[in-house]
Amino acid sequence: MNLSLLVLAPLITVVAVLFCRGRSSIRWVSLAGVTVQLILAFALLFLYWKERAAGNDSAMLFETRHTWFRALNIDYHLGVDGISVAMILLTAFVMEAAILVSWKIAPMTKEFFVLLHILSAGAYGFFLSLDLFTLFFFLEISVIPKFLLIGIWGSGKKEYSAMKLALMLMGGSALAFIGLLGVYYNTHTFDWPAISQIHLPLQAQRLWFPFLFTGFGIFTALFPFHTWVPDGHSSAPTAASMFLAGISMKLGSYGCLRVAVFLMPEAARIYSPVIILMATIAIVYGAFATMMQKDLKYMNAYSSISHCGFILLGIGMLTQTAITGAIIQMISHGLMTALFFAAIGMIYDRTHTRLVGQLGGLLKIMPFISTIFVLAGLCSLGLPGLSGFVAEITVFMGSWQHAGEWYRLATILACSSIVITAVYILRATGQTIMGPLKDTHYNGLGDAAWNERLAGILLTAGIVAIGIAPFWLSRLLTYKLN
Amino acid sequence: MPNASYIVLIPLLPLAGFALLGLFGRRYIKGFAGVLGTSFVLVSTALALYVAWQYFSISLPQGHFKQTVPLNLNWLTFSPGLSIDMSIILDPISVMMIVVVTLISLLVHTFSLGYMKGETRYATYYAFLNLFTFSMLGLVLSGNLFETYIFWELVGCSSFLLIGFYFDRPTAVAAAKKAFIVTRFADLGFLVGILILSFHADTLDIHTLIQRLTQPGPQLTNITTASFLGISALSWGLVLVFVGGAGKSAMFPLHIWLPDAMEGPTPVSALIHAATMVVAGVYLVARLYPVYAHAGPAVLQVVLYVGALSALLAAIIACTQTDIKRVLAYSTMSQIGYMMFALGAHGYTASMFHLFTHAFFKALLFLCAGVIIHRVHSNEMKDMGALRKLLPLTHACFLIACLAISGIPPFSGFFSKEDILLAAWNSNKLVYAVGLFTSGLTAFYMFRLYFSVFWGRPTHEAGAHPGHHPETPFTEKLPLVILALGALSAGWIPFSRFVTADGKPEPAHGVSVFAIAPVALALIGIATAAYLYRKETERPQRAAAAFKGFYQFAYHKFYIDEVYTFITKKIIFNGIGRPAAWIDKNIVDGLMNLLATITARIAAGIKGIQSGKVQDYTLYFFAGIVGLAVLFIYLYT
Repeated sequence: MNLSLLVLAPLITVVAVLFCRGRSSIRWVSLAGVTVQLILAFALLFLYWKERAAGNDSAMLFETRHTWFRALNIDYHLGVDGISVAMILLTAFVMEAAILVSWKIAPMTKEFFVLLHILSAGAYGFFLSLDLFTLFFFLEISVIPKFLLIGIWGSGKKEYSAMKLALMLMGGSALAFIGLLGVYYNTHTFDWPAISQIHLPLQAQRLWFPFLFTGFGIFTALFPFHTWVPDGHSSAPTAASMFLAGISMKLGSYGCLRVAVFLMPEAARIYSPVIILMATIAIVYGAFATMMQKDLKYMNAYSSISHCGFILLGIGMLTQTAITGAIIQMISHGLMTALFFAAIGMIYDRTHTRLVGQLGGLLKIMPFISTIFVLAGLCSLGLPGLSGFVAEITVFMGSWQHAGEWYRLATILACSSIVITAVYILRATGQTIMGPLKDTHYNGLGDAAWNERLAGILLTAGIVAIGIAPFWLSRLLTYKLN
Repeated sequence: MPNASYIVLIPLLPLAGFALLGLFGRRYIKGFAGVLGTSFVLVSTALALYVAWQYFSISLPQGHFKQTVPLNLNWLTFSPGLSIDMSIILDPISVMMIVVVTLISLLVHTFSLGYMKGETRYATYYAFLNLFTFSMLGLVLSGNLFETYIFWELVGCSSFLLIGFYFDRPTAVAAAKKAFIVTRFADLGFLVGILILSFHADTLDIHTLIQRLTQPGPQLTNITTASFLGISALSWGLVLVFVGGAGKSAMFPLHIWLPDAMEGPTPVSALIHAATMVVAGVYLVARLYPVYAHAGPAVLQVVLYVGALSALLAAIIACTQTDIKRVLAYSTMSQIGYMMFALGAHGYTASMFHLFTHAFFKALLFLCAGVIIHRVHSNEMKDMGALRKLLPLTHACFLIACLAISGIPPFSGFFSKEDILLAAWNSNKLVYAVGLFTSGLTAFYMFRLYFSVFWGRPTHEAGAHPGHHPETPFTEKLPLVILALGALSAGWIPFSRFVTADGKPEPAHGVSVFAIAPVALALIGIATAAYLYRKETERPQRAAAAFKGFYQFAYHKFYIDEVYTFITKKIIFNGIGRPAAWIDKNIVDGLMNLLATITARIAAGIKGIQSGKVQDYTLYFFAGIVGLAVLFIYLYT
């Protein structure tokens, strides 16, 4: 399969949207574009398994390579393994849902969809890249449009949030870029497979690992650089929040894993206590901070900090099981948080408030939206049968393999977040979804429209598919993960 | 030997019912949702009875019942040794449990046909009941520790959904939340316990785990030598698993969710919060009983004392409550305390026996309470009285259940309670005394309830429409009668022929002299209750006044709820959550903003340098030359 198709599909959609006239054609073209991407993602999964079943056990499949800057040894180099296939699927799912929930976006419908498609092109390219420079290039593509999306279509203190998010993410990219250059000057290549064969000198690893890990870590809400998350997510329009939390944060953790940890395993071992410490703080402290939030979007944003802590914890523990758990958590959190933001967005569109105190009894008037809200919540608190449980226990089991009292303590603290999560999820559910109807004005409000239903069902299907049958995902991820 | 193909159907049929009713119930099949849900469980029940018949009727070649694993599907692999497999385990207790769960569930489904009729969320109710039945069956059949945990969480979730069924009542929502969070807290213990045990045993399969942790080998040496705070990893693991069980089974001090859970529909209370889910903790300890029994006395002592304390405290509180369902809830907690301390006293068979008999009479009591509540439209005992004429069948059933729970021969509770007390006598005299005293209290509070409801003066509410409508529809009567038969006769089963700790059948022992003391105490309890409550008098007030301070203390449930409120509101919310949110907003984010401010300030400060005036640039140029000259002179001289 030609992987460039996945990068080209959103770009072609952008061009097509630019030529469209009228809101209706813009959104139908957009929907067609993301649907093609979804089909491509499934085709990729299918072809990947076919190739593996045929006995192809090379680390990366479907590689394509074009020289880009010969002088600097920069190639446009794409390829996939199980992890990237999973991330591509996640991106396709979230994008499809994001387009569906943005059906009524106005004003500047065209610009909105164009920016969203550019974002997704960046994400696809990032997950497919096997050249560190190309990877960085795609990372940058998926930062700038966010600034515009939040600044123009956002809510609340959107200018401040847009600026804060863009600056902090740019800071992260700058750190990561320094790290990449550090690697480059030791290896004289940006080619990921080539570098993974070279043993970087320990001195260099020690020096450049923190840059790369912190740089990518900022994207995935590494404590204490997570403060862009609450403001950024809350001000963003629904689709942008879904992309931000569902995919963009995963760019960071994917980078941490693929670049920092894979290429510098010894440095990872040295810095692992620090990573674990920061991750544990993020998990517990993030969960406690979530408990006090009054705005549903802030609540979900803070809970993302806590949940992304599990990703970093799994990566930091460095056992194979824990890393698998971290990747499952990336997928699970991506789908779950997108579903959550979608549900919150639907509620906000109708009631024009996101404050927990002003909502109540929504189950009676919008049963479908309430149901997906509750499902996202149950996934978040790790109910078996939904994906969150699978991810969390894999991280816990993997972390426990890392013997040593301090690691065990970190694991127990991380486990304790399942209680705190239950507290904040049930508080929010109890007040907004259940209880007596708070405002009689809500009585006439309608339930989800077809597009919203489809988005909800799509994401729920993903969560349930992982939750009920996790073996397919775990087999996909653990194929030669060493 | 039973074969897997239809055993999996036992849990899967209710799951199919849940999926069907959950997806299409509200819109398409609302009318016959109840019948549909019930028929799924009916087939499950028939299959479960068939499996039990097959399992127990086989000849025993090695002289004991074997544990068999007819199904084992890989679900999630962590490492070569550790994986979650969806496996089914058949042994005497799991077979006994599937019978109890399906049977009680079927009766509750049937009872609800009439009882819940006219509810707007009728189909949803049946969907949730089916979900619960599926999860509970999965829990009792699971042969993998993490599989148990999975279903353990699922029963918790269905319990949450059903307690909060009347979701527009704030009290129901609060109760549902409380139940979920308290049990979640306990599940944290269970989870960490699993991590510890599975790490050392290098397996999650219960059968292998028990083997490795009871027979000498590297794993056993490993887990007993590893220690933390002077306690071995094995003890930590088992105690933490027990914490999980104590939370689900409402053992002191994790019991606070159970009385509140009575906000759910009454048939739900009968099924989940009396007969099945709340005994899951007992079942969990019984499932790992060989490890508990082998791990030295300390761990079982914890089980013993927690059980005994819960039995006693709950019985005392039950004597003072005025809400009929809350009295029954505390009584459930007290009876589960019996089962728990029986396990602690090595009375494995006795504990399982009591679990079995308790399911019948407690479910019966709750269903009777449901009938009564529907008639008087109140949960308060003061609104009830002289109902024996209005509800003759309910009266008879309630009386049978009361006699059974009080341990009067030949009703079922007598046999199982006697076994428990015998085990306690052989193990710990103090606990025996507690058990004996509690059995007197049990008789007292149950008959206090009985006399207040069925005797005394008719109240306005109850007498409003005498003979206006029949007592109950047939679908409600049938479960009552069946359960009453069970409550009457379940004790006659020679239980030790089927369920023992090592699987070897033992002959049932006859009634011994030990039976005299508890029966005598129970009779005293009944007589006291009759004296105080049979007719409306001043006597109860005087009795309460005699124990004034203690009565108030017990009436307020020993203020345990207040302690929890203090911990959660004052310490966790105000002491941790609020500061965490504040620190994040002001200090961590403040630092980031400070960074931005400093950058902006510096930029503002130096932006004057790029003024565009040639004179300035010339000045900088010469200043630079002078500066460099000075530097070079300094460096090279």
